[in-house]
Amino acid sequence: MTTPAPVPPAVLGTPFDTRTAAANGAGEWSRWAGYRTASVYTLTSLEHAAVRNTAALFDISPMIKYRIAGSDAVPFLDRLLTRNVGKIAVGRAAYALWCDDHGKVIDDGTLFRLEDGVFQLNAQERHLPWLRDSAIGFSITIADVTDTIAALALQGPTSCAVLKALGLAGIETLKPYRLETFDFAGEPLVVSRTGYTGDLGYELWIAPAKAEALWDALMEAGALHGITPAGGQALELARIEAGFIQTNVDFMSIDRALRPSRGRSPFELGLGWLVDLEKGHFNGRRALLAEREAGSRYRLVGLDVAHNKPAAHALIYRGRGGREVGSVTSAAWSPTLKRNLALATLRADRAGDGSDLWADIYVAKELKWEKIRATCRILERPFFNPPRRWATPPADR
Amino acid sequence: MSAYDAAIIGAGHNGLVCAAYLARAGWRVVVLEAADAPGGAATTAEFSPGFRVPACAHLLHALHPRIVRDLKLARHGYALAASGLATIALAADGRHLRLAEASAPSAIRARSAADAEAWPRLAARLGRMAKALAPFLAQTAPRLGTDSWRDRMTLGRLGLAIRRLGREEAREFLRIVGMNVADLVEETFEDDLVRGAVACDAVLGARLGPRSPGSVFTLLYRIAHQGGRGVALPKGGMGGLTRALADAASRAEIRTRAPVARIVVENDRAVGVALAGGEVVPARLVVSSADPRTTFLDLLGTAHLDTGFVRRVRNVRMNGVAAKLHLALDGLPAVAGLEAGDLGGRLIVAPGVDAIERAFDASKYGEVSAEPLIEAVIPSLHDSGLAPAGKHVLSAIVQYVPYDLAGDWEALREAAMNRAIDRLEGVLPGLRGHVVAAEMLGPRDLERRFRMAGGHWHHGELALDQAFMLRPVPGAAQYATPVAGLYLCGAGGHPGGGVSGLPGFNAARRILATEERP
Repeated sequence: MTTPAPVPPAVLGTPFDTRTAAANGAGEWSRWAGYRTASVYTLTSLEHAAVRNTAALFDISPMIKYRIAGSDAVPFLDRLLTRNVGKIAVGRAAYALWCDDHGKVIDDGTLFRLEDGVFQLNAQERHLPWLRDSAIGFSITIADVTDTIAALALQGPTSCAVLKALGLAGIETLKPYRLETFDFAGEPLVVSRTGYTGDLGYELWIAPAKAEALWDALMEAGALHGITPAGGQALELARIEAGFIQTNVDFMSIDRALRPSRGRSPFELGLGWLVDLEKGHFNGRRALLAEREAGSRYRLVGLDVAHNKPAAHALIYRGRGGREVGSVTSAAWSPTLKRNLALATLRADRAGDGSDLWADIYVAKELKWEKIRATCRILERPFFNPPRRWATPPADR
Repeated sequence: MSAYDAAIIGAGHNGLVCAAYLARAGWRVVVLEAADAPGGAATTAEFSPGFRVPACAHLLHALHPRIVRDLKLARHGYALAASGLATIALAADGRHLRLAEASAPSAIRARSAADAEAWPRLAARLGRMAKALAPFLAQTAPRLGTDSWRDRMTLGRLGLAIRRLGREEAREFLRIVGMNVADLVEETFEDDLVRGAVACDAVLGARLGPRSPGSVFTLLYRIAHQGGRGVALPKGGMGGLTRALADAASRAEIRTRAPVARIVVENDRAVGVALAGGEVVPARLVVSSADPRTTFLDLLGTAHLDTGFVRRVRNVRMNGVAAKLHLALDGLPAVAGLEAGDLGGRLIVAPGVDAIERAFDASKYGEVSAEPLIEAVIPSLHDSGLAPAGKHVLSAIVQYVPYDLAGDWEALREAAMNRAIDRLEGVLPGLRGHVVAAEMLGPRDLERRFRMAGGHWHHGELALDQAFMLRPVPGAAQYATPVAGLYLCGAGGHPGGGVSGLPGFNAARRILATEERP
């Protein structure tokens, strides 16, 4: 008898793998960029409650990270991204997105300006070929540092208190979208006041060798502040409550779309505020100028849907039983807002002023499918935007 | 307010044609040329005291008659030293083949009766197909998927032109257009020298071997360019033509020794050029006859372009494989098997399909062909001014000498030159003894001398995927570029290389049709 050769792992553990595995009683995992991360540790509702009431700890190590450095880093990023990078000071973090030649969004992410000519770009998907080709003619280096930086998100009203208890002196003075470097066990620990929950929160970036020690120290420091490891499902619920969009969920990255018509511009995603048409040339600028002239084809909106069943994948109609005008891309019943929230893409030519919208929600009641026709009202985003998210210093509770 | 309506980069034949048409329409035009004299790759150069050769392009086979007429080139000194040159397929055994327009079948009959029958049939068939394509060379290529009636009309006419060939001929066109020329000549002819002569025309100047797909397309394209006019030699060498063009464009200001360093862009619009010395020449439009890679990546800069467009420009295949050999001869050998006047023809060393394919094989691996494919002319036989009395110059295109060599060209040059001379000596015994000076220019030399990236004298391979609306790249195939005020007018655009003047002509017409009059 020969022993079959072992199958190499198709999925890797993150630097926090031992800790997340130990905490994952539910045993529910998902795959994120080739790594396993917990979808649920115990119960999504408990984990989500931690996001809004205490502090939730997410392992976000699989986040793709690029280090961009060189004398042309600012011009390179200004040509790559739609927003004005020159205006982002050292020590700042900024939400950003980038487009293809036709002004269709490739992805969004956060940009950290670590030093004058050194940036870190964090994104959901891998983009090295696009970044490298965008670097032609610019004096910069690009390195994929995904594997060399372990990352955690600590999100919730007590998150600042947890970090204070960890010993990060002065953390309470860190304003939203700012970065600061602390010392943790002799290793630099970069803390950014950023997150994907719409709440008070921080993201922590450290060398993988110190990952487990950081997790342990946080869990210890947060014990009296309700720190709770939280998985992907709780994060999904929190981001819908906040009204944040997700690439390849609420719109197709034009890099992934097989049908060119699936591409969406920043205007169509409601992210026109991230586009600086006056800063000089950037990828997609000419197409976006033309779109501004001609008008956009789509409109991404937040919806408050009547009824209590999430309107996942529902088609949207103008008038009850009227003409189809769009569809829902993300939906959830918000435990925080007690509202049935949805993100939907509407056809600009059919949606009119956005009044009289209806969703057809299909619900299985013990295997019997029923259709619920529910009225929808367009809601401003972010749906959930508590003052504590912006308060400096944040309250301890 | 700019002093000029248009600043044209490069005074090669296309830059001059474009300048002449714009100036004729009343535009104030300046042409900025890096070299000491206009002409670009269509010049005559003295490479040894008293011996002058066409420095790069050496035969006229594509110059469009409309340009000659419109610009009254004859009045500006343009004349032919010889025209309707016969192709002489040289053979090592001395049984050379003279392929002149009318007498080709009888010459072929000495080698193969069947081929003598087949030759005029194939020539007529390819001629008809080429004739259907020809009108589309002298106009802007249509875009796909637009609402423009002009684009739709052009596309419609292109389809109609092919359909009008008749059912059988249209079917045959579709069958062969993507085929390789080896398959075509092998199904048509039995004699290898005849096959080689046709295959030579298909691959000359291209990074293709006879067995490369698409080599029938390049053959058809060449025939379409010729338009049944055959090949000719301008008086005074190629420089004779460009001097006439410069004269015809004399209403434009031609500045030599004025190398353009970059295109000046303000508010996403080209507003002039900056010269290497720092001087800025403002102009309402900038029109570049430089190759697309040089124009977009070096002169304009990627910061003004989108990444996808830059990708496309970088993917244009533009590494040349053709070298240029120049020989100064103190006399000509008497070659057995050649009739009087044959040496004044277009001499090709293309002894068969496999011979060319083997020569091409080397280039795939970055090597110089051991037994190259050669097209040679001895222009001094028609134009005595090119060499001292009783002496001659020979100009030859030598393939394949790849741009991307596995070794250093400077170290290989001598050996490559000797191989080419050996190859000629093999079919023209005694030639070597008459050589008093020689010069070999590889693609790297051509790149430096004529400022063409990759040393490709078509400014990018002419192939199905780099022709018509795909040339040089989608987004710049109608001479306009993504940057307002910047146009292309060089061989990198439709319909491509060869001394046709058509890219310059089409670009000028496009500019006059779409831009505001001064």
